[in-house]
Amino acid sequence: MSRGESSTPLGKVRGLGSAHHGGEHWLRERLNSAAMLFLGLWLVVSLLLLPDLGRDTLGEWLAAPSGAVPMILFVILAFQHSVDGLKVVIDDYVHDEANRLLVTGLLYFAAIGAGALALFSLAAIAFGA
Amino acid sequence: MLVSILHRVTGSALSVAGLAILTWWLWAIADGGPSYDRFVEYALSPLGIAVLVGLTWAFWQHLLSGIRHLVMDIGAGFELRINKLFAVLTIAGSLFLTALTWAIALGVFQ
Repeated sequence: MSRGESSTPLGKVRGLGSAHHGGEHWLRERLNSAAMLFLGLWLVVSLLLLPDLGRDTLGEWLAAPSGAVPMILFVILAFQHSVDGLKVVIDDYVHDEANRLLVTGLLYFAAIGAGALALFSLAAIAFGA
Repeated sequence: MLVSILHRVTGSALSVAGLAILTWWLWAIADGGPSYDRFVEYALSPLGIAVLVGLTWAFWQHLLSGIRHLVMDIGAGFELRINKLFAVLTIAGSLFLTALTWAIALGVFQ
């Protein structure tokens, strides 16, 4: 099917725009949001089900694949989701072009830096640094 | 309108304060004893508890209004009455779930 013939709004815009992937970007954000729904619930329920929140209990929980893997996914997707959301807020409220570029750049640096620290911490917990 | 603004405010708070605390928490667990003790000390201070309760509410509010947005992205729920009811339910739901979360955490049901 060529562009513009699809019957759904998303189908109509996929492949359009200067970079040709605006529709995919929109779809990725929604899939990420849906994943956050499940991972967020997983995190809260898991914390409530743990016998206590002492360091040893948490370390054991996050060292096992059943805790480590969802938590790695949570960290990666939460940072991605936050960047997506804060980018919209910045685009809406920071009107000066230069300031917007600066704030967006700071957002990316902060998110990638903190995200890397969080993932390194999880690796250290799992592999016993 | 209010719920839409709340979605942005809670999302921003979770992104900045929530992820900063999550990262600090994971690092403190990895780093061990003294670092984790310091984290717990801050978390259990009056300000720490206020921030954690606030983030719990922000989490539930953002999750519920997020579901509302995903439903609307599918193209459903635009009828004025249903839309308004859904918006009100996100606020009532987030307050209820925040209370429930902390009640379970504090062992009220044990």
